[in-house]
Amino acid sequence: MDIAFLIETVVKIVVILLVFSALAGFGTYFERKVLAFMQRRLGPMHVGPYGLLQIAADGIKLFTKEDIVPQNVVGPIFKIAPVITAATAFMAAAAIPFMPSFTMFGYEVHPILADINIGILYILGVMGIGLYGPLLGGLASANKWALISTARAASIFISYEVITGLALLAPLMMVGSLSLIDFNNYQVGGIASWIVWSQPVAFVLFVIAGFAETGRTPFHLVANDHEIIDGFGTEYSGMRWGLFFIGEYANMFFISFVIAILFLGGYGDGSGLGALALLAKVSFIFFFFLWTRAAWPDVRPDQLMWLCWKVLMPIAVINIVITGIVMMF
Amino acid sequence: MSLEQFQDRNVAEQNYFHVDIPDYPTTGWGKVKRAASRTFKGELFVGLWVVFREMIKFDIHTVQYPKEKLPVGPRYRAVHEMQRLFESGTERCIGCGLCEKICISNCIRMETKLDENSRKLVTDYTINLGRCIFCGYCAEVCPELAIVHGPRYENVSDQRAHFTDFSDMLTPIDAAISGTQKEFDGFGAVTPHEDERVKTTPLAY
Repeated sequence: MDIAFLIETVVKIVVILLVFSALAGFGTYFERKVLAFMQRRLGPMHVGPYGLLQIAADGIKLFTKEDIVPQNVVGPIFKIAPVITAATAFMAAAAIPFMPSFTMFGYEVHPILADINIGILYILGVMGIGLYGPLLGGLASANKWALISTARAASIFISYEVITGLALLAPLMMVGSLSLIDFNNYQVGGIASWIVWSQPVAFVLFVIAGFAETGRTPFHLVANDHEIIDGFGTEYSGMRWGLFFIGEYANMFFISFVIAILFLGGYGDGSGLGALALLAKVSFIFFFFLWTRAAWPDVRPDQLMWLCWKVLMPIAVINIVITGIVMMF
Repeated sequence: MSLEQFQDRNVAEQNYFHVDIPDYPTTGWGKVKRAASRTFKGELFVGLWVVFREMIKFDIHTVQYPKEKLPVGPRYRAVHEMQRLFESGTERCIGCGLCEKICISNCIRMETKLDENSRKLVTDYTINLGRCIFCGYCAEVCPELAIVHGPRYENVSDQRAHFTDFSDMLTPIDAAISGTQKEFDGFGAVTPHEDERVKTTPLAY
């Protein structure tokens, strides 16, 4: 293993960590602003111009707050749970190509940490582990709200994973590879060759599963503030709670990247325009996450399970069968 | 719905209608039909459009409070003020004690004596704002329009007593002499633009 590769990898890791930690902060700002505008409010306005420095204020607050570990909690698990959420979110980013490869100072940079041949499987697997954060944090919290949240996390866990896997199977059969770069290269031919046109059902199913995975509003059951306070986060404070938050928002960004690359053509032919197009797609999907939060009601846990097992899973299976038949003939 | 419709109190023949909510399905097929109609009706997209429309209209209703303030009506009953006579600047309070008498929460306390002109002089006047319920009886009963309610609703102090320092409540003497003291229209004064808001009394419900 040569030194250049090592240095490149370390730099990439640091860049991804820094960029997406910062983006998680900006994500909260955008979320507050977009929700405010949709509800005819102004959102944060006081810290800095148009409230832009609100992120810094929140960050300082989270960092300097007292780290409380309440009585009766299971200490080690309570402390490790937020780390699981944040760490797995960033680990999933290892197999995501954020941009087309470009040349810098005569050195070709691939903005993907590891182009492993099981890319999407790895991403979904690691993101799935991310749900252990709420699960363990809620169980260890010695709090009834957290316990309810844990039960909901488990019910979501066993529901959406099926849909993600089955929904992706049909596009996987068409592409014949699990690598996200292969997915991108399959859709090089422009908008008409996007997988969303050939697999619209899989696209819708995957987006629904993505909402369940990130716990965004139609499926915002795990930390549903108006029902169970903050669910698994009830007993957390300071930076531990902040890690949950960073994990959630990083997850949203990464799932946006995955959706854009899998179904919406990714960065296309790899030109600068393609990279910009990818950013635009990711921004739109992220905006869609916020948009639905302003517009849609939450479902109950039993409704989510009903939806996943009784509606979406049969549709996904039928989709796979039809795809197979079409590919065969 | 426009404001006129809201203000028209003749509710019987207005735009009220029964919402057509179908019964919950009991059979399995009925549930399937309901799920299908909910899925393909596109109601979710109506919701998306509604919030998106509000965002692009950008009709923001936020009042950025410390920078912007909503106007206070003339009948607003905030912390009391003691008025002075115009030109002379003499205190209007004649020490009759009616406000002390009528105060239903017993929070007004005054001490008076006769001064050298045999005129009653208020030596000590306090209002316990911790008790005051801001009913406005004191302002209503005052024969001299001396004690009134002012529009000052932002009160911050170490102690409540500071709000009712008599010299604070009293109009500054230069304001009285120059005639800039804001006159209290009397209890039950009409707010400006009230004519436009007058509604016809409904004859039938």
